[in-house]
Amino acid sequence: MHIRLILLIILLVGFVTPSLAEIASNSSEVVANTETTLTPAPELKRSDYPNMGFSSRSVVWILAQMHLFFAAFVLAVPIFVLVIEFIGFKYKDDRYDDMAHEFMKISITAYSITALFGGSLAFALFLLYPQFMAYMMRVFNTQTLVYAGLFFAESALLYIYYYGWNAMRYGEAKWGHLTIGLLLNAVGTTLLVVANSWATFMMAPSGINEVGAVTGSIWEIMKGPLWNPLNLHRVLANIAFGGAVVGAYAAYKFLSAKTMAEKAHYDWMGYTSNFIAVLAFLPLPFAGYWLMAEIYAYSQQMGITAMGGILAWLFVVQAILIGTILLSANYYLWSGMSRCEGSERYTWMIKYIALVLIVGFLIWVTPHTLILTPSEVATLGGSHHHTLGPLGIMPAKNIAVNLMLIATFLSFQLYRRSDKVITVSWAKAGNALMVAIYVIAIANIIFAGVYYGYFTNTVYKVGSSVMQVASTLIVIIGGVIIDTLMFKNAKTLPSTWGKVNNFSQYALFALPVAFTWLMALMGYVRSSVRTNWHVYTVMKDNSPENYIPAIGHAGNMMTIATVLFLLIIVFIFWIASLSNTKQVPEVDNASNC
Amino acid sequence: MPVIVKVLGFSLGLTLVFTLIANLLPQVEGEAPVEKIIDPSAFTEESFIALGEELFQGKGTCTLCHNNMGRAPDILALNMVETSTERMADSRYQGSAKDVEAYLRESMLQPSIYVVQGFGKKGSNDTESPMPTVDKAPIQLSELEINAVIAFMQAKDGNLVTVALPTEEATPTTSQSEITIQINEPAMAKTAEAALVQFGCTVCHSVLETESPVGPDLRTVASRLSVEEIRQSIVDPNAVIAEGFPPIMPTDFAEKMKVKELDMIVQFLVDSGK
Ligand code: HEC
Ligand code: HEC
Repeated sequence: MHIRLILLIILLVGFVTPSLAEIASNSSEVVANTETTLTPAPELKRSDYPNMGFSSRSVVWILAQMHLFFAAFVLAVPIFVLVIEFIGFKYKDDRYDDMAHEFMKISITAYSITALFGGSLAFALFLLYPQFMAYMMRVFNTQTLVYAGLFFAESALLYIYYYGWNAMRYGEAKWGHLTIGLLLNAVGTTLLVVANSWATFMMAPSGINEVGAVTGSIWEIMKGPLWNPLNLHRVLANIAFGGAVVGAYAAYKFLSAKTMAEKAHYDWMGYTSNFIAVLAFLPLPFAGYWLMAEIYAYSQQMGITAMGGILAWLFVVQAILIGTILLSANYYLWSGMSRCEGSERYTWMIKYIALVLIVGFLIWVTPHTLILTPSEVATLGGSHHHTLGPLGIMPAKNIAVNLMLIATFLSFQLYRRSDKVITVSWAKAGNALMVAIYVIAIANIIFAGVYYGYFTNTVYKVGSSVMQVASTLIVIIGGVIIDTLMFKNAKTLPSTWGKVNNFSQYALFALPVAFTWLMALMGYVRSSVRTNWHVYTVMKDNSPENYIPAIGHAGNMMTIATVLFLLIIVFIFWIASLSNTKQVPEVDNASNC
Repeated sequence: MPVIVKVLGFSLGLTLVFTLIANLLPQVEGEAPVEKIIDPSAFTEESFIALGEELFQGKGTCTLCHNNMGRAPDILALNMVETSTERMADSRYQGSAKDVEAYLRESMLQPSIYVVQGFGKKGSNDTESPMPTVDKAPIQLSELEINAVIAFMQAKDGNLVTVALPTEEATPTTSQSEITIQINEPAMAKTAEAALVQFGCTVCHSVLETESPVGPDLRTVASRLSVEEIRQSIVDPNAVIAEGFPPIMPTDFAEKMKVKELDMIVQFLVDSGK
């Protein structure tokens, strides 16, 4: 049966690569043939843009954002569903299988909505920005057909995966089902990275000449400098986002549960979702650093526009959102400790973790100038402001962020330890090592921040945080390894799922709300750094709305998108629960705190 | 309360908090450069330098990096004529510039020929400049615009401007006498009061809430001058110089102001000065 799986993977890889390679070679042939007639990107005048009497940008903005929210959700859910399904299969635990299936149920309704928004977005773009879309079609050419093909494959696999779940639940057939899940994810991820190449091409085009005429193969066009950083960033963010949304589903079911068994099931589901969201979220800032560093390397001007120009204020809002996410996730973990009696050994540490989080949060949101006078605001009209600029490269903030991440991991680690009594002979030494890793990492983060931030005269402080990032990652990876080894033969203390207060569930709503808003915010900055270009440096945006909107206006747009998303998600939950007439089986309370 | 109401209320409330924060922050729009038709033969040295300054702060995005935050040499604070001379005397200097104008031009068109110590791209050991080539996208200054920026960098510390003013012949790119250039235009003032502040009238005149002895009191100007004379005093101040005052009023308001702004100001002075 393993052989079958491997065969299928080979098939899949064989399917995707040649088709990409084929386009690649096809278009280079085309290039070779038309060397003499390279057509540059069109230069548009304002009158070239259709005026429909409403704000074209706002329409596209909302539609694109909605499509992205749902696409992120439906691409992410199958990733962790597959993992959960595999765990259930490996440990022969039906609970996992049921939960994975339930996650998919939410995702499947969202899928058609994703397609709906995708279609509307494409329609709006072709209608409102026809020349721009014509140019994009010329550049990406047959790749769009591959995209359409992948989309059909994704739909087919998704439906087979979901509706075939019970038909292929046990034994040999389960392998077939897992393979379909794997294929589904492979196709889904390919869809994502193909779509990403459009966004990164617009920010940092490649495979074309100075005036936008196509000179390279489709592969050269796709593989711009920002493509891979964005791919990583989006995959991680999608998983975190997907986890947060299904967490809200679980919390909602928990709050409306009538029986203890139901409560136990959804408590466990909520916990698992939160686990997924936080796990994917922790490395996200580092993916962000990579993306930012690549942007600086591509164009310092673009980097400064993002971090030190008029967009700098945005990072105050970002700090508040990420602070909300970290505080909610931690609060949820602390509340969850009430599930196990063994947690009493650790509760004394919570107040210190909370202190680190709150102080870190305050440092992070404090802008260099708290209050601007009206005349300062008036002079801010240009692209840069001298008191705002340092926000982009503030070392104090890097220290704060890394310490907050470490504190969150500590909460997480304590939570995992709270139902266990470690029995390995080297427990003392192991704990000492763990404490040492924490101490050294924290010292290193503070040292690196202070030294690089304040005592060296470098313009490139984005790079200086590498040491801090490495320290944080070492804590996380070291912690996971040490705990895994130490938990061998550990004694498990009793713990009860469902024994958690209702209030803690609100953390599971704060998480997706903040995530959704944060995604919209980051989309705003990612698009804005192109300033008045459709495709940076080659195709100018001369539409009436080619300016960077102020943060307040952008915030209102984000709120519209977020609220729309929330309402549709509530609708989806409702649809999902319509078909959910099955009774929930009793949860085994043994372990898993 | 039903669970759904509580949950939605909580979520919407949180969304509103974020929205509120975004709206409380300073609101700045990143304007895109606006197309403007300029007749190259109509430049005076002064208006040419002024154009250079506008480009430096606007379309050129020079201040994004050239400011007091250490990202690039602080051109506004440095005397660029002295600085250029020093740079050309540096033993690391490889370029071909022999005079200040050529050095400044070279810095803008081939930034990597000579990289000021400590400002090179990371890891390039000061052999590669992070400064964009200004005649290429995304900045795309035209030759005329580059000249204007050089004129500004020379003039701002009172140094001699060596760049020749554009003439019609100097712009072979166009057959007609008008060429299109782009500048970041300040947003149009909405009220007369705002326009008076924006154009700095309050610096020299007693008007609105401010007192200034430099120029005549504008609160009573309507009793001395007719509507037409007020208009002329703004558009062409040196046509008639008010007695007892130096002829220092800027002469470029006609170019800088929009017609509507001028009308608003004149109307305001007439109405308030009666
Ligand atoms: C992305 C940042 C950036 C932008 C935008 C930028 N510069 Fe620069 N510029 C630099 C850096 C960094 C240096 C120093 C390294 C070097 O010598 O090239 C520099 C150097 C210079 C120099 C030489 C300074 C000296 O001390 O010798 C001049 C002149 C100059 N820039 C003019 C301009 C003008 C005019 C503009 C706008 C049209 C501009 N720059 C836009 C980053 C920038
Ligand atoms: C640099 C200082 C300065 C600024 C800025 C300035 N002015 Fe003047 N203005 C003067 C001086 C000095 C005079 C008197 C000499 C003259 O008539 O040119 C004057 C004269 C005038 C007069 C004629 C007054 C009279 O009684 O004859 C008017 C009207 C006037 N200014 C309006 C304005 C307006 C409107 C603005 C802003 C758009 C403005 N000024 C900006 C210095 C200034």
